Amino acid sequence: MASIDSIAENLRHLDEFARADTVVHRLDPRAKVVVTLAFVVIVASFDRYTVAALMPFAVFPIALAVLGGLPAGYLAKNVALAIPFALLIGLFNPFFDREVVFHLGSLPVTAGWISCASIAVRAVLTLGAALVLVALTGFPAVCAALEGLGMPRVFAAQMQFLHRYLFVLVDDAARSTRALALRSGGNAPRPTTVASLLGLLLLRTWQRAERIHLAMLARAYQGELHSRETWRFAAAEVAFVIGWVSLFCILRYYDLTRLLGTLVARVLP
Amino acid sequence: MHMADALLSPAVGGTLWAVSAAGIAYCARKVRDDLDERKVPLMGVLGAFLFAAQMINFSIPGTGSSGHLGGGLLLAILLGPHAAFLTVASVLVVQALFFADGGLLALGCNIFNLGFLPAFVAYPLVYRRIAGARPGPLRLSVATIVAAVVGLQLGAFGVVVETVASGISSLPFSTFVLFMQPVHLAIGIVEGFVTAAIVAFVHRARPELLDALPASAGARPLRALLLAFLAAAAVTGGVLSWFASKNPDGLEWSIARVTGADALPAPEQGVHAALAALQERIAVLPDYAFRKSAEAASIATGDEAGDDQESRLGSSVSGIVGGSVALVLAFLIGFLLKWRVRAASGGGGSRR
Repeated sequence: MASIDSIAENLRHLDEFARADTVVHRLDPRAKVVVTLAFVVIVASFDRYTVAALMPFAVFPIALAVLGGLPAGYLAKNVALAIPFALLIGLFNPFFDREVVFHLGSLPVTAGWISCASIAVRAVLTLGAALVLVALTGFPAVCAALEGLGMPRVFAAQMQFLHRYLFVLVDDAARSTRALALRSGGNAPRPTTVASLLGLLLLRTWQRAERIHLAMLARAYQGELHSRETWRFAAAEVAFVIGWVSLFCILRYYDLTRLLGTLVARVLP
Repeated sequence: MHMADALLSPAVGGTLWAVSAAGIAYCARKVRDDLDERKVPLMGVLGAFLFAAQMINFSIPGTGSSGHLGGGLLLAILLGPHAAFLTVASVLVVQALFFADGGLLALGCNIFNLGFLPAFVAYPLVYRRIAGARPGPLRLSVATIVAAVVGLQLGAFGVVVETVASGISSLPFSTFVLFMQPVHLAIGIVEGFVTAAIVAFVHRARPELLDALPASAGARPLRALLLAFLAAAAVTGGVLSWFASKNPDGLEWSIARVTGADALPAPEQGVHAALAALQERIAVLPDYAFRKSAEAASIATGDEAGDDQESRLGSSVSGIVGGSVALVLAFLIGFLLKWRVRAASGGGGSRR
């Protein structure tokens, strides 16, 4: 687990990326959310032994990341950090699915290894797409998009608040844990210590929430958050959605990679 | 313990999305009606607290590993189940988007495992039953610890069921259960202990926070809600799995249904025909027909066991080559775009 400081750093980076102004940033967030959801569902709809046919899908996160000016290193690092759980479960496949599918040279390749590879590829694609979405849209805009797509307003407001106070509370927690670490001499803290630390943090949070609430009431808050930004679902958005979704459908039903493979085999002697 | 996109099938993911979305809609209405919308800032800030609290690890005695607070139960004790469910769900959305924890398709599963089960099963059916109306400190602790263990066991079991039902992982059900449940038993006990300590702490410092809770959380409306959720899950799951089992390619099948044709007309004309013709002309690897798109699952079932190794090798090699080429092409497109973006911003300068 990364340290709290590095996580806070990461959060700030994401918010900064979202503040840039590129072709992708200017698109209506709803279009980006819809396309990303379609991408994830279509990638997940392949059967468990698909590896090669998933590769062309990488074009979606890559193209968006490049057009939106997202650094490749940042993306790679964060996807790598998020993968372990899927990979851990995936690594069991070779033990339970031992049927040999083909030999690569003298190396027998079992179905389990293929499905394990498939899980790894899926993980990279779906996690990458989600990261690209929020890094190029910004969390408040994603919330607004989800609200536009039918999410209840109370829940949208809940997420906006969460996002706004995340940074404050993560900093608060980071200070507390740093103080605890300095006093515990390198040992992992005991559950009782952590419990009272969390209890104090909770009470501070509660008081903070009450102050915030009063301050908001004083500024005429009536249960609704207003945004300065207005979005329009124009021709560019329609083209974006239709273009990407039809590309995903084509890639879903026509195995482009086999075509490429045979093409390459033909060209090479 | 976050469920991951990579292990999920669309049918399972979609079912739990539907269930969780229904839960969010219901709870949002409930919170708006009962709690008044001005409570939302408190929920929001407590969500941020939970988020921060999950980053603080504690050691789990006797295992050498460490765990962190799940928080669903704690929030249910502090806020009541409806507000707690919304808060946990919002934390999970943020984690899915910011840290790619799990992913978007798995969001429904995660909200169900970590939000619904603690708030609507462990809290009313275990915690409230044991704690009763006016619990003393000991009773409060026991109720919290037992409820935390139950909630986490159910959550871990949820992960197992969702994974096995999706069929992407080959882990057999029994092995996976025997692996997940004991691991989460240890975590659950420690989490329960920590949650109980926090509740006791709050109870001592500001007892009015805990007393302000609506005491009727275990009453009948909840049972109705549970039944409604089960029905929704059964119906969506049934429909989706029918889609999925009718044909290994649920999507393909549903499209065939939508277009009203037994098979898609594409093979005879259009892009597919052109591609197929191209494929035929350039095919040198012996068995390009091995995996005609719809037969993808035949490797899985072993129907083709009699196939000679030669043909499998051929198709696999072309798959590997093709896959790598496609990946390289994807990156190439990336580089080209980057170059164009650079050129545009270099030439256009102040295009804002």
